[in-house]
Amino acid sequence: MHKTEEYWKANTSLIRNLLLIWALVSYVFGILLVEPLNGIRLGGLPLGFWFAQQGSIYVFVILIFYYAWKMDQLDRHYGVHE
Amino acid sequence: MSVETWTYIIVGLTFAAYIYIGYASRVRETAGFYVAGRGVPAIANGAATAADWMSAASFISMAGLISSMGYDGAVYLMGWTGGYVLLALLLAPYLRKYGKYTVPDFIGDRYYSHTARAVAAIATIFISLTYVAGQMRGVGIVFSRFLQVDIATGVIIGVAVVAFFAVLGGMKGITWTQVAQYSVLIIAYLIPAIAIANVLTGNPIPQLAFTFSDLVSRLNQIQVDLGFTEYTKPFQGKPMIDILAITLALMVGTAGLPHVIIRFYTVPDVRSARYSAGWALLFIALLYTTAPAVAAFARYNLISTLNGKTLEEVRQIDWVAKWEKTKLLAFVDKDGDGKVTFAPGRAFALKGGRPDFNTPDEKSKNEVHLDNDIIVLSTPEVARLSPFVIALVAAGGLAAALSTAAGLLLAMSSAISHDIYYRIFRPNATEAQRLLAGRIVILLAVILAGYFGVNPPGFVAQVVAFAFGLAAASLFPAILLGIFDKRMNREGAIAGILVGLIFTAVMIGMMRAPQIFGAPAPVIPNLFGISAEGVGVIGMILNFIVAYLVSRATPPPPEHIQHLVEEIRIPKGAGQAAEH
Repeated sequence: MHKTEEYWKANTSLIRNLLLIWALVSYVFGILLVEPLNGIRLGGLPLGFWFAQQGSIYVFVILIFYYAWKMDQLDRHYGVHE
Repeated sequence: MSVETWTYIIVGLTFAAYIYIGYASRVRETAGFYVAGRGVPAIANGAATAADWMSAASFISMAGLISSMGYDGAVYLMGWTGGYVLLALLLAPYLRKYGKYTVPDFIGDRYYSHTARAVAAIATIFISLTYVAGQMRGVGIVFSRFLQVDIATGVIIGVAVVAFFAVLGGMKGITWTQVAQYSVLIIAYLIPAIAIANVLTGNPIPQLAFTFSDLVSRLNQIQVDLGFTEYTKPFQGKPMIDILAITLALMVGTAGLPHVIIRFYTVPDVRSARYSAGWALLFIALLYTTAPAVAAFARYNLISTLNGKTLEEVRQIDWVAKWEKTKLLAFVDKDGDGKVTFAPGRAFALKGGRPDFNTPDEKSKNEVHLDNDIIVLSTPEVARLSPFVIALVAAGGLAAALSTAAGLLLAMSSAISHDIYYRIFRPNATEAQRLLAGRIVILLAVILAGYFGVNPPGFVAQVVAFAFGLAAASLFPAILLGIFDKRMNREGAIAGILVGLIFTAVMIGMMRAPQIFGAPAPVIPNLFGISAEGVGVIGMILNFIVAYLVSRATPPPPEHIQHLVEEIRIPKGAGQAAEH
């Protein structure tokens, strides 16, 4: 019982950290700070605009695969995998 | 060969393939019908989810929408992809572990209540029906443009194909057909995008051409010269608060859409559910990172091809003449100089929400009416690609519309035949009866969808916001709390759903009163700057608050429910839970 509680805690803190990144690239970089970030350029695009239309989507994909990979490790570590 | 001949050949071949796949994976038992026997590998499920999710609107309309909105188009890009992060981290693995057939199944069991089950089933039907009507219309439009038949005939052909493989194959048939449809739609989207990127920048990869060429800077300059604001300048059409709200509403709404969620029941275990969410988003991102590139390229190309040329010159361009016939592209010479002028504002005055081609809008200098739906469909012609590619785009648009329609029909069918008929009214129905009920409902739903496709209710486009707002304000909080808050009980969940649902429905009704009820003006235009598209977020927040307060004021859920919650939190034993 104790072990599954630990597993759940590790899972939820991983989720929390990844959702912070999720919110940072989309809401903060893509929307709230878009105007100051647009002063910086990435290639031919203003950086804030890039986050809003391209960058955040790349980060979303990476977040999900990272979560799946990390959870594989947690599952095995706590012996709850199939 | 002509575009029409190629279209007949390619559409014919792809349809034959879909029907063959539907026939080859026909099913005889309920688990196969609703969840494809839970044998779908993660990567295939990812492709099927991507096809299921990317509708005619994503394929045909989205790039055009972004093209006219500039930066503000980001709400769709981030909103419709960011939801998959929520889905993958917060919902999919646990729903797979729980292992029944539908979303109302989970809500009904978790909250030990037929009321909750019925509310979830009705929300599912409403959301799916709103969506499916739009898809059938999309099918009709693509057919009418590329096969030169009328929209009604196009819709009927589409209905026949969807009915065939959905009724016969259930989820299994739909899944494998969707994998094929994803391949068709992504190839059809990428080929013209690659060609136009290469022509304009010399770099064939649209994402890189978009980021690392000076094309967007040039587009910004052209826009400023013509009196528009810069393409990349934020908050031109909507205030920041509305952009925030709409993005969040689309993310949460995506995560709460029943036809997407049920796809995660079809994989063998929890681990595959996590990976298949990743594959789904990767496959979606291929299109969603290409769309903003296409949007900017097409806008640049259209303006520089048309602006300042004489009307006589532009009408000699083949694709211009063709689109002008469909009225999706139209010109008016307001200043009488015989030349085309692009400028901000409308070319024609609006009558009943549509452009009136007999009355030029004299308030602006703009002489070009350009419908958003042209952008993607015209790209191959504008980039002078061969008729083969143009036909492929038609097949891609059809694949997008048909795969989404099939997924929605199945979600509706399971809500009615499984959740309402079997779980609430006829718990002693046999396997054969349940399967028959599922097939009858699909057949009825597909006929209803066809009817809406031929006679589109004017409100369809207006109530898509409704579908997302509803999913965000009702289903998402109930599922999330069901997994992460062990103390959440029946009373809290039902109160939350009702408050979220009613608030969102009333708000959208008031903001969209002219479109929905034919009122002369909205009752309120927005709430603190948040428009109808984003107001579901407030409904969602109210849902969470009410659910929390009510649940803490009422008794905790029974012992066996708390065990159920502990059970779904660990991946072990998902295969077992699947057996009935």
